[in-house]
Amino acid sequence: MANILKIEHLFKNYGSVEILKDINVEIEQGDFLVLVGPSGCGKSTLLNCIAGLEPITGGSLHIGGQDMTAVSPKDRDIAMVFQSYALYPTMTVAKNITFGMKVRGVDQATQDKKLAHVAQQLQIENLLKRKPGQLSGGQRQRVAMGRALVRDPKLFLFDEPLSNLDAKLRVEMRTEIKQLHQRLGASMVYVTHDQIEAMTLATKIVVMKGGVIQQIGTPAEIYNRPANLFVADFMGSPAMNLIPAKARANGSGTDIQIAQDRGDPIVLTDTKNRDLPEDVILGVRPEDIGDAAMRSGAHMQEAECLIDIVEPAGADTYAVMQLGGKHVTARLHSETNAAPGNAQRLAFDLGKVSYFAPDTGLRLN
Amino acid sequence: MTKWLEENTPKLVLAPSFIAILVFVYGFIAWTAWVSMTRSRLLPKYEIEGFIQYDRLFASPRWDTAFGNLFIFGTLFIVIAMILGLVLAILLDQNIRTEGAIRTIYLYPMALSMIVTGTAWKWILNPGLGLQAMVRGWGFEDFTFDWLVDPDMAIYTIVLAAIWQSSGFVMALFLAGLRSVDEEIIKAAQVDGIPTWRVYTAIIIPSMAPIFLSAFIVLSHLAIKSFDLVIALTGGGPGYATDLPATYMYAMAFSRGDIGQAASSAMIMMLVVFAIVVPYLYSELRSKDG
Amino acid sequence: MADLSVSAASPTGQSQTGKIALRWSLYTLLCLFALFYLLPLFVMLTTSLKSLDEIRTGDLISLPREVTFDAWRTAWSGACTGIQCEGVRPYFWNSVLIAIPGVAISTLLGAMNGYVVAQWRFRGANIIFSLMLFGCFIPFQVVLLPMARVLGMMGIAGTIPGLIFVHVIYGLGFTTLFFRNYYVSIPADLTKAAKVDGAGFFRIFWSIFLPLSLPIIVVTVIWQFTQIWNDFLFGVSFSQAGTQPVTVALNNIVNSTTGVKEYNVDMAAAIIAALPTLFVYVVAGKYFVRGLTAGSVKG
Repeated sequence: MANILKIEHLFKNYGSVEILKDINVEIEQGDFLVLVGPSGCGKSTLLNCIAGLEPITGGSLHIGGQDMTAVSPKDRDIAMVFQSYALYPTMTVAKNITFGMKVRGVDQATQDKKLAHVAQQLQIENLLKRKPGQLSGGQRQRVAMGRALVRDPKLFLFDEPLSNLDAKLRVEMRTEIKQLHQRLGASMVYVTHDQIEAMTLATKIVVMKGGVIQQIGTPAEIYNRPANLFVADFMGSPAMNLIPAKARANGSGTDIQIAQDRGDPIVLTDTKNRDLPEDVILGVRPEDIGDAAMRSGAHMQEAECLIDIVEPAGADTYAVMQLGGKHVTARLHSETNAAPGNAQRLAFDLGKVSYFAPDTGLRLN
Repeated sequence: MTKWLEENTPKLVLAPSFIAILVFVYGFIAWTAWVSMTRSRLLPKYEIEGFIQYDRLFASPRWDTAFGNLFIFGTLFIVIAMILGLVLAILLDQNIRTEGAIRTIYLYPMALSMIVTGTAWKWILNPGLGLQAMVRGWGFEDFTFDWLVDPDMAIYTIVLAAIWQSSGFVMALFLAGLRSVDEEIIKAAQVDGIPTWRVYTAIIIPSMAPIFLSAFIVLSHLAIKSFDLVIALTGGGPGYATDLPATYMYAMAFSRGDIGQAASSAMIMMLVVFAIVVPYLYSELRSKDG
Repeated sequence: MADLSVSAASPTGQSQTGKIALRWSLYTLLCLFALFYLLPLFVMLTTSLKSLDEIRTGDLISLPREVTFDAWRTAWSGACTGIQCEGVRPYFWNSVLIAIPGVAISTLLGAMNGYVVAQWRFRGANIIFSLMLFGCFIPFQVVLLPMARVLGMMGIAGTIPGLIFVHVIYGLGFTTLFFRNYYVSIPADLTKAAKVDGAGFFRIFWSIFLPLSLPIIVVTVIWQFTQIWNDFLFGVSFSQAGTQPVTVALNNIVNSTTGVKEYNVDMAAAIIAALPTLFVYVVAGKYFVRGLTAGSVKG
């Protein structure tokens, strides 16, 4: 499969400040790549570099197999949707969409045809004569997408397009974008700080922090096998529990010992992972800690845990306890009998856990 | 080649204006500074002779009057215009029904040339035919208002006319400032039972500090530039009583043919402006920088 | 708007009459000030409509007993500005010839400069802008002498083009400031989207920024027109007998030492000189105020 986007050893500096360090990413035709990370991690800058709106300090960038490192945005065969939509305020919706074609000298007939096609696709036919100031947030978003679609580019770039919408609209538009992706089979690079958007939309996720890529992988990989503490904590909601523990090898595997602030330390035996250092951080998602009575599985390990708080949340009940000096959340069934102040027998699914070295934060297993 | 052109178009577009400013502002200031250090009379000479022109300047009684007038005029003008502007702004802020019309009336003098202003006030202050004559005609035989021809009082006519011209602008500035104060803070104060005048003195006026500064800067600038007004109103007289640095400079440059003096007086004006404006610009640019 | 009238009510019973008395004194005060501001205009007008006899025998603020437009006729086409006695008409026309190109050119240049500084940041752009901005604040006395020489060297000393040149150069700082402040508030994403669409520097300006710019163009034009039309310093320094703007002519008429002082003519001439900017102010005063406060009020 052809690489639609290939970034190799990309560096970007503003003066003496390094914004992006040694970025290497590849995607194939039809991929939906999401760049996700906290504010200031460089994801928008990377997107602007891909678009050609920012020059690259080092490295190379290929789009559709061609070296675009020094090419200006208009010749990169890309289209971009901005967070603020950036619709031309004094032009009608129709003119907004056809502006790019007009600049390129496309003939009127083709312009009209493409406009009609895109308008129908996005259901904005009745908005064509209006100006951006007369549209709602969701409508503006669609027009911005229309402007991108009409270019039929190799690569679609989205810079946090849903951040300005209210929660309900955001979910609706998210689904629309996903449908668009599936229908068109287009290649998309999408920037967001919302990890839920990343998980739901992406075929491939790049997690970034401080200008450095933390991990590249599919949503499942990122979710189940985070490469370091940052990714483990950032992705997934509610967040993964990161519990300091002590590991000691025994005959059949490793004993993981976790202190409790009131009560005896709990010991879980992991038969899958060996050769762990003495100090580890155990990463386990809330859904992988359950009532022992209601869970069973190959790698389940049970322990008595003292519950601090119980939070009923409809379909589930969250129980919070203190393990290894940290607040740990378990997702229990709504019919659980867990009560604050009582010890509860819980099952930990050690087949799904991650281990991290406390000093480097890197994944051990 | 076209790529280079494309990339550098913004710079190329800005360049002519920038070069023009470099030459015609900074280059010229440098030239004037240079000449102010020479023995130039009718024609410029370029051998530096030190500060003799400045010595001559500070020894000249006419300059003494002019420079002193600058401070008298400047201080009175700025202080009274600010107070008047503030008072008017506060008055207008009280939900006046005809606010638009009144604002127009207070502000229109700013639209006039200072020559027009000077001409009008010269007529009004004319002792024989203006205000003084009129009030005397009403029966007040001893009423005197002959500031215009009195060497000691003439400078205050300039103050009067300048205030008439510019206080409307100060009012407009302050009115905008008064209204930009957060509504919620005022409501909170009202709920607390604080009387109106106290709301003004304790809350609104202090929060307008940057606007006071802006008004001060603009008024200082107007004061230092006051040339047109003096020429029209008093011609610098009686004698040299209402001379200001600006009129002194002009006289030296074009009537007396003493370019060295003209240059040095201009440089002094420059320095006064510099001392006031540079700190302001510095703080402005630091806050507006994107 | 600070609505403080709500708190004016005091708990005592006489609040209503107290409030009314306050309102009346407020309006009275405002009216007195209005009279202060209107007095000169009124006096100019009435004086210009009186005969010289009436001026001598009447008083300052009395209405003309017999309205006569002779002074106006003289002011327009017969008053003496030195040796010539052609009235202000030719000089009025000079001012027009200076103002219109001066305003147009400095506004256009200011727009392009503001566009560059606001949207096409490059290293040093801010320093350049600061230097240009500072140029607004200099007292022009400091450039009079060298400019006189340079105009002579360029061969445009004492000419209308020479004055246009001077006004454009020294207007650049303000016009650039106005446009830059305006364009800075337009999101950078707009330029980016246009770049992705394939538009270049001039295309983006023409198709996107210019259509947005009407408010600031109006403000700049009004400001520049007022500055240039009302200017005296450059006019009196860089013009000759035939090329003087109306402000210089007015001053010559008023301060001419020859002949009888014709106060009514002086007043008429002053009003004629003031009409264009006054007219602009009355018609577009809102924008005028916006222009005055554009650079001054923060935020």
